[in-house]
Amino acid sequence: MSAAGKIDPMHQFTVEPLAPLHVGGYDLSFTNSAAWMLVTLAIIFGFMAMGMKRQLVPGRWQMAAEGLTGFIDNMVSVNIGPEGKQFTPYIFSLFTFILVANLLGLLPLGILGLHPFTSTSHFSITGVLAVMSFSIVLIVGFWRHGLHFFSLFVPHGTPKVMIPLIAAIEFISFMVRPFSLGLRLFVAMIAGHILMEVFGSFIVSGFNAGGALGPAVSIVSFLFIVGVAALELLVCAIQAYVFALLTSLYLNDAINLH
Amino acid sequence: MDFASAQVIGAGLAAIGVGAAAIGVGNVFGSFLESALRNPAAADGQQGRLFIGFAAAELLGLIAFAVAMIILYAR
Repeated sequence: MSAAGKIDPMHQFTVEPLAPLHVGGYDLSFTNSAAWMLVTLAIIFGFMAMGMKRQLVPGRWQMAAEGLTGFIDNMVSVNIGPEGKQFTPYIFSLFTFILVANLLGLLPLGILGLHPFTSTSHFSITGVLAVMSFSIVLIVGFWRHGLHFFSLFVPHGTPKVMIPLIAAIEFISFMVRPFSLGLRLFVAMIAGHILMEVFGSFIVSGFNAGGALGPAVSIVSFLFIVGVAALELLVCAIQAYVFALLTSLYLNDAINLH
Repeated sequence: MDFASAQVIGAGLAAIGVGAAAIGVGNVFGSFLESALRNPAAADGQQGRLFIGFAAAELLGLIAFAVAMIILYAR
């Protein structure tokens, strides 16, 4: 095992500076993470620009773009109600960015020598997205309801004796939201990529080991990794959907106090 | 027991939580399907709640995975 070389599944997540830039002791380099986020942005922009020609009889591309916007619009109006219309652009940006960034990380560009970097596999990215959602919830909540917003922590019909306990629990569950939002996305991406890396290296080291058992292990690993790749595509979509859905639910809490 | 073996055993024990989360996720989708087949008309309206339950159950498994990774790569 040691002869085959140690597997380093964490190497794929390293952030490398492409264009070093240091300003006043801060590292502001243009990294591969930033480069892949720009690619994500370009793909979303291209997709929407191609689909927004506003033809009377929509073509295939316009139908795809309208399907995507309609899906988000429906989700927002079901979860927030008519007042949520103004948040549709934000939810839409969140959903498309996360979805495209997740899917880009799965592209098999390694055979071309290009290493696709999953920008959503870092807590610094998903954490910022989560904090953005959380601060929008706070701002909207305090803007609309003022200090009445704190009634969020005391559900209707709570007995007087239970109020301190319920309020403490509700407060903790409220403050944990940004962490759980960001953590879920980044850990799901990390876990899937590590799984694929580990089983991918089993294929190589199995054939290298030779004998009767080695290739058998390789073939089983290969069949397994095909299934895992399909599962990962599903997870990419589900995580983007869950992030957008939870954001719209939290916004619902802030707009229509429960 | 030296540090390296204790580390690997600890990471393995922490990974049990992932299996427990698998039971939870299965429970969420199983219960949803069971009740959706009883009243298919109401099933579509509950899909948001289905994914909230899924997200909550899955998060705990992912945290178990993160703990296992932290233990495995701790020095």
